[in-house]
Amino acid sequence: MADLCDLPAHALTERIASGEITASEVAESCLARIEAVDERLGAFLTVTADLAREQAASAGASAGGVGGIPLALKDVLATKGIRTTCGSRILEPYVPPYDCTAWERLQAAGSVLLGKTNCDEFAMGSSTENSAFHPTRNPWDLDRVPGGSSGGSAAAVASGEAVWALGTDTGGSVRQPASLCGIVGLKPTYGLVSRYGLIAFASSLDHVSTFTRDVRDAATLLSGIAGHDPRDSTSLPEPVPDYSAGLDDGVRGLRVGVVESWLSGEGVEPGVAASVREGAERFARLGAEVDTVELPNAEYALSAYYLIAPAECSSNLARYDGVRYGHRAPDAADVVEMNMRTRGEGFGDEVKRRIMLGTYALSAGYYDAYYGQAQKVRTLVIRDFAAAYERFDLLLSPTSPTVAFKLGEKTENPLAMYLADVFTIPADLAGIPAISIPSGLSDGLPVGLQLMGRALDEATVLRAAWAFEQDLGFSDRPPLLQELPA
Amino acid sequence: MTDWETVVGLECHVELSTATKMFCGCANVFGAPPNTNVCPVCLGHPGTLPVANRRAVEHTITIGLALGCSIAERSLFHRKNYFYPDMPKNFQISQYDLPLCTAGTLEVQVEGEARSIGVHRVHLEEDTGKTTHAGSTGRIAEAEYALEDYNRAGVPLVEIVSEPDVRAPEEARAYLTELRQILETLGVSDVRMEEGSLRCDANVSLRERGTDELGTKVEIKNMNSIRSVERAIRYEAERQAKALEAGETIVQETRHWDENEGVTKSLRSKEYAFDYRYFPEPDLQPLEPSTEWVEDLRKALPELPAVRRARFAKTYDLPADVAAQLADGELASLFEAAIVRADGLAPRMIANWLTQNVAGIRNETGLSLEDLHAQLDTIVEVIKLVDAESISSLAGKEVLEEALKAKRQPLEIVEERGLKQVSDSAELLRVIDAVLSENPAQAEQFRGGKEGVIGFLVGRVMKATGGSANPKEAQRLLRERLRA
Amino acid sequence: MPVEIDVDHVARLARLALTDDERERFRAQLGLILEHAERVTEVAAEDVPPTAHPLPRANVFREDVPEPGLSHELALSTAPQAEDGRFRVPRITEVE
Ligand SMILES: [Mg+2]
Ligand SMILES: [Zn+2]
Repeated sequence: MADLCDLPAHALTERIASGEITASEVAESCLARIEAVDERLGAFLTVTADLAREQAASAGASAGGVGGIPLALKDVLATKGIRTTCGSRILEPYVPPYDCTAWERLQAAGSVLLGKTNCDEFAMGSSTENSAFHPTRNPWDLDRVPGGSSGGSAAAVASGEAVWALGTDTGGSVRQPASLCGIVGLKPTYGLVSRYGLIAFASSLDHVSTFTRDVRDAATLLSGIAGHDPRDSTSLPEPVPDYSAGLDDGVRGLRVGVVESWLSGEGVEPGVAASVREGAERFARLGAEVDTVELPNAEYALSAYYLIAPAECSSNLARYDGVRYGHRAPDAADVVEMNMRTRGEGFGDEVKRRIMLGTYALSAGYYDAYYGQAQKVRTLVIRDFAAAYERFDLLLSPTSPTVAFKLGEKTENPLAMYLADVFTIPADLAGIPAISIPSGLSDGLPVGLQLMGRALDEATVLRAAWAFEQDLGFSDRPPLLQELPA
Repeated sequence: MTDWETVVGLECHVELSTATKMFCGCANVFGAPPNTNVCPVCLGHPGTLPVANRRAVEHTITIGLALGCSIAERSLFHRKNYFYPDMPKNFQISQYDLPLCTAGTLEVQVEGEARSIGVHRVHLEEDTGKTTHAGSTGRIAEAEYALEDYNRAGVPLVEIVSEPDVRAPEEARAYLTELRQILETLGVSDVRMEEGSLRCDANVSLRERGTDELGTKVEIKNMNSIRSVERAIRYEAERQAKALEAGETIVQETRHWDENEGVTKSLRSKEYAFDYRYFPEPDLQPLEPSTEWVEDLRKALPELPAVRRARFAKTYDLPADVAAQLADGELASLFEAAIVRADGLAPRMIANWLTQNVAGIRNETGLSLEDLHAQLDTIVEVIKLVDAESISSLAGKEVLEEALKAKRQPLEIVEERGLKQVSDSAELLRVIDAVLSENPAQAEQFRGGKEGVIGFLVGRVMKATGGSANPKEAQRLLRERLRA
Repeated sequence: MPVEIDVDHVARLARLALTDDERERFRAQLGLILEHAERVTEVAAEDVPPTAHPLPRANVFREDVPEPGLSHELALSTAPQAEDGRFRVPRITEVE
């Protein structure tokens, strides 16, 4: 028997609207689940129980909206008056004086904040082991990672600690953990959701993205945060459609391209490949026209990403210098020493690696060969997608080459960890919408199927994903929850 | 001794006088208490993003147009990465290989000769905060710690880089003076060097006259007035010449101008060469000024100083220096308004009255330009009274001062103080007859051919009328009477 | 071939104090990562324009209208050290 916190938001909204339950009961259910499992999961860095109770008490849920539904936010999203650490020692004491736009909008619509979730430091990683505070564990197997970098938000939604959550996706940081935790992760078009208050890792790649129990909720939560923001120059001015409107229209006639070389490539676990191939067949059964597609330059996407993202990161993270906020190393003789020691103490390994990498890639004499060339490859990746979308409406692939891996399995080998994002990175480079939805289990662990759409065509992505989800009826629950007392 | 040619390039930073900062809505004002015009964006808080100020971009294009630059069809902001605590993000949003404006020229007059200085580029960036070095002496090297005020951080800053076309300290002064005049006319900046809204660095090198290759350049910073720039370049050129004569080589470095000692000083050489790691600012979009936008800005350009000077000289038949003084000064608009109002008055007379008397009265009284415009009728009336010889020019100055200060009618003051010149012949003749009969000896001397004595007699007439006689008329009538 | 980089120079540019252990580890790891990243140079892309934004737009501005900022107190509330209404830092020895 599921608790309230295990239901999707749309089911809760209906019951709140009918007066059957209250938003406060839903919030209490989530808080109780956090109490019950978070010691083992480590999904949260800060739990805002008092605020959640207060907001739930005053929330009036409007049908189909975000009102009254408990939410968790990845700790890279700035929240006024609530500590925001980015999973880093360098921001351990940091309390932002302002709210990110996404939370500002949800808050105004009556959303209920449960707290801030764990992540790889500054969103750099694919396992949430790079958090300076503690790792987060996968609710499906506590010895395994939830993926990352938004692993805390993914684990929270998968375990019923939160009904839904926001994460950020720069190279796959929402879709990959969604895949590994058996939930829905949607990365929208670049510019659809404001980045104002998203603490930057790589500006041209960072996307505020959603974790939800199902696709209908993804449409609702996206509607709550999408739309032009004058505080973000890269925010798109286009009007935002109602993403819930066409959900039930089915996939008949949609042209779906399967990225065959990714599926058959080495490094893809057989269980993952099998589940995703089954998924492709399911689309065909549902009436979609399924064929294979090639993205010839995608094999260079990972290399381009590991030049562009660190380059932007090296500059974005320069501001953590111990002068205006955050950690400062004590007793330095001069400001240079203070900066160097503050950053040496404050940043973890992965962040330092990427800052070094980016600094090197931008430095005199290397710019053209590295950053400049990577930006050209980015153009080629975008052209590949453009060519593919002349023949197809959606592209289909695995989200991650593997199911959840063991803690510590890849921490010694950065390159192996980077490969976890090999199928998610291209959509970040191209800025196109992409979703990860559960396609089944492999050896008892969730597999994610990725659908990628045209820029600003979230509606088609969501419609297809919803049809798939309805037909599959994925209802397995993490073993952790089955152990819980009723 | 080698004949050394001085080669100078000037780099000016101009703070724009917009209402708000370059990338956030904080007020752009000088002199507020520390850290009171700041927000998450200009403090570089994590997660904040810049949005470009339209007016600042327009001002930059306007400057480019005034300097005859080409306006880029596509221009980018770049990040210039280096650490300094006055820079909240530890990078400066600036422009790199695609500045807004390129390839302009600035015409200057140096000792009566026209010189054309190339403008390499004009680009837009953000200013830094202000560091105060604290400690016992206030000198950087001995400071114990430093304090940061970010009110200035993010103020729009335009960088204007000249070609290395400047050949002498006097040319640098002329270039900067003209540039400041243009910026002031455009109304885009306060251009106050003492407040830092105009800052100039100079790149100075020497080469053997007649050769084309540029010598090793030295960058001079920390000059707080145009005069300092001139002095610093003169000093630096001499220093380099001496070094070269002594067989030394010039080191490429940055030197600070020490105003008190009148010398440039080498800064502690840096352990690491600068590597700014420029890359396109991913948080901002490209600038693509449309032809319509640029043409609208071109149409809105005010008359530039050089054009106005030439027009004043030609149209109003003024000597070059008076034309320049008026055209470049604050009274230019008053002058033109007075011309319209005072039909029949010679422009030169108005020009003289404004540059000599009105400017003086303004300095003493602190009257604003608006005050003067409001009392334009008064000014014109006084000049007309003098022109019509109703009052003397000395009396005119007195009347004008009182009229402007107390906002009174000039004629009222003339009456009250009895300043009206007596030109009426009958009345003057009565006085003249009395003076002649009281001074028969002098009258006799005049008739005897000693005409110089007329001055004495005019003086007596003036005295007898309490100064109100028109001296010219008095002399004419005296001569008439004496010859009769 | 792993790429050789001057770890000390890069760390100094990035203002990162590294331990000896980190220096060695990063030298090796960054060499391998760069070797992989250098694959971008295999792509013939001479006449391909670079992409800075996935969905490029131009001329995005705000109007020159003041908006309230932070109160002085809130502005300084995050400061590791403040004095006289300003952010205090250790002595600055380098001139910009
Ligand atoms: Mg500059
Ligand atoms: Zn501001």
